[in-house]
Amino acid sequence: MRVLMFGWEFPPHIAGGLGTACYGLTRGLARNDVKVTFVVPRAHGDEDQRFTHIVNASDIETDFCRRDEYTKEIWENLSYISIDSNMVPYATPEEYFERREEWLKQRETSVVQDSWHQRYTFSGKYGANLMEEVQRYAMVAAEVAKAEAGNFDVIHAHDWLTYYAGIAAKNVSGKPLVVHIHATDFDRSGAINPDSPVYQIEKAGMSAADKVIAVSNLTRDICINKYGIDANKIVTVHNAVRFASNTPDYGERGVKQKIVTFLGRITFQKGPDYFVEAAAKVLKRLPDVHFVMAGNGDMFNHVIRRVAKLGIADRFHFTGFLKGDDVQKMFAMSDVYVMPSVSEPFGISPLEAMREGVPVIISKQSGVAEVLDYAVKVDYWDVDAMADAIYALVQYPALAGMFGRMGYDEVTGLKWNNAAAKVKDVYASVLNE
Amino acid sequence: MKTVCLNFQVSLPMTLKRYRFFSMGLDHNYLDDTANRYATQRAARMCYLPMNALLMSIIKEQAGKFKVSFTIDGITIEQLRAWAPEVLDSMKELAKTGCVEFVGTTYSHSLASLTDKSEFEKQAKAHKKAIEKEFGVSPKVFCNTELIYSDGIGEMTADMGYNTILTEGARHILGWKSPNYVYAGAVNQRQKVMLRNYKLSDDLTFKFSCKEWNEWPLTADKYAEWIEGSTGETVNVCVDYSTFGLTNEAPSGIFEFVKALPEAIIGRGMEFDTLEGSATKHQPIGVLSCPHPISWADEERDVTAWLGNELQNEAFSKLYGLKAKVAKVNNPDFNFVWSFMQQASNFYYMSSRWLGTSNGSPFDSSYDAFINYMNILSDFGLELDAQIAAKKPASRSKKAAAEK
Repeated sequence: MRVLMFGWEFPPHIAGGLGTACYGLTRGLARNDVKVTFVVPRAHGDEDQRFTHIVNASDIETDFCRRDEYTKEIWENLSYISIDSNMVPYATPEEYFERREEWLKQRETSVVQDSWHQRYTFSGKYGANLMEEVQRYAMVAAEVAKAEAGNFDVIHAHDWLTYYAGIAAKNVSGKPLVVHIHATDFDRSGAINPDSPVYQIEKAGMSAADKVIAVSNLTRDICINKYGIDANKIVTVHNAVRFASNTPDYGERGVKQKIVTFLGRITFQKGPDYFVEAAAKVLKRLPDVHFVMAGNGDMFNHVIRRVAKLGIADRFHFTGFLKGDDVQKMFAMSDVYVMPSVSEPFGISPLEAMREGVPVIISKQSGVAEVLDYAVKVDYWDVDAMADAIYALVQYPALAGMFGRMGYDEVTGLKWNNAAAKVKDVYASVLNE
Repeated sequence: MKTVCLNFQVSLPMTLKRYRFFSMGLDHNYLDDTANRYATQRAARMCYLPMNALLMSIIKEQAGKFKVSFTIDGITIEQLRAWAPEVLDSMKELAKTGCVEFVGTTYSHSLASLTDKSEFEKQAKAHKKAIEKEFGVSPKVFCNTELIYSDGIGEMTADMGYNTILTEGARHILGWKSPNYVYAGAVNQRQKVMLRNYKLSDDLTFKFSCKEWNEWPLTADKYAEWIEGSTGETVNVCVDYSTFGLTNEAPSGIFEFVKALPEAIIGRGMEFDTLEGSATKHQPIGVLSCPHPISWADEERDVTAWLGNELQNEAFSKLYGLKAKVAKVNNPDFNFVWSFMQQASNFYYMSSRWLGTSNGSPFDSSYDAFINYMNILSDFGLELDAQIAAKKPASRSKKAAAEK
């Protein structure tokens, strides 16, 4: 079985969990004898290509003059979508501002042109001109589908950024389309806005798809209730987590006191505020616990000011955005990991913490809560319960030890191979239809 | 006879290095040695050495008629000793002429006067000791960090034996009064308050190189004429020493200006003196009341550049919260960290009023400065706790031994 897969990011160039999940999934599919061609804007050349064949979307030539009906249609259909900077899905504010500054200066994405053909260069990062990039990506997708014709049986598109690309490829090739919902506009903004271009793209993608894969029942319910998609069309496939076979030595741990960690984008969706309030409550009882907030996001400065105002800045630390080994190192240094997300379609980070034997506290409003037994589950808004759970895991070694040990066993049982087998079943079902 | 006092503020803050959370508990070197060496040697080359040499030649030429005054804090002396000892040598030579006054200040260029009387006194004492040791003279006049002053601070310095203090001639304190007189402090009226003439001072620092200024180019003659034309008895020009060669680089003609100034002043029947000398010559003409702290910073002339937002207040209160532990440990290495963590510059970089404009900060933003400072402070606090914990059993066994 051969799949043409459209993504937006792929390790090591990732801004969030989507890239990690795509990587795990493609590996799992390879083990299940599924061949994947992964299309990603601006491949940097150092991606791990043992399991996938990466096509750099920037390398695909689009001939402006000989546009066929499909790409023309897409171009026309999409060209009216106004650029709305509030709709940036996920990106660090630096990237956002950089892109936006650049965009304000040039008023267009950089287009590399030579005399023979026109070639689009993608920024590969989210920015204020995201909608324009989504459109162009769709045009290139049609070219890819043409060039790769006969080399794939199914099209698989991840998240709204690539849905138009998936639809374009389906129109060109006539092959069935599977869309994969890792997050919805509802999760990001906390409400449904039918006028939002992202919502419209998401709805169009789900409607055009032959099957929809949701990363949790939580997300599946959102697709049914908020997007009006037929329940029979949506299959839940929980994410898994992939671990390096050997954990590197992170060196000596500097802080001997207990460390409670939040790791993720510091945005409304991730609930950083609740973590701060819970930290303040715990510190009233246990002044020697250290809290770490790792990550970056549009609420970063707000959170720093709140921490200063609460007078806990000597026990509450910020690391900024962590890359590569530092993420795992941060998990390894932690005594408790907290994910207080307001709405989390899945949430892979607690699994990474559990892999290091760290007990986790997760919000009930997360997809990962559906697959974990050995995690403390609290409502994201219930800071008293959160503080209580932190206190217990820090103070009672027996409890923390039990969660750490059992959690480790539980998380190592979550295999991408199994998830990929379910995805393969979805492929088979759309091919049989 | 109208007196002109020249006071030069010499301050080279020690810059903290980029200190990540991951370094906590492992790395206890907090200073950016490279940046500090670079800044010190650059200042020495462009400003301190040429200006000291120039002052020396003028002092010799005028044979006692030219006098200047320096405010140089302890941290700066340490920086010079480490990276540019030849500057200290030339300062010592200047001190020997007897025409150079060294003014008392806080050792760490700190804001201790705003929160902690005993720490403020300790810093002033440490600074006095350092000046006596380095230059062989004892400061008689006080000038607090960034010219910060209030009635309470005046009282504290008077109690320490400084009968004269220099501060900003802030308009909201003076009202219709002129800064060019000696005033008496509001609490201890025997203390004399000297005021910086900010207009004439800022003309040198900020306008000298400005070609759009309608008075450009500023000559020594024109400047002396302004001083002569202003009312009052003592005109106190107090500028950052970096005015000469750094803020205004050599090609601007700033050194030629300084060279020509003594003749222009003396030729108009005015004289140079130290702050101490001028305060002795002229009688206070009234009492100056200053209930809230003032400084020489910004339009507002208040202390909000250092303690104006919640980040600064939090860092400041957490820092002074460690005071008792530092005293308990009382180890030279820890006292050194305690000293440079108090520098006003640390808090200045956390100011949110700059919003992207350059304030000389090595950090990307006020938030970035705050995070870095708090990481260091947290590590320092943990180290103090570890020291105290290590000391405890020893003292207990000593006690037990004594009981036996």
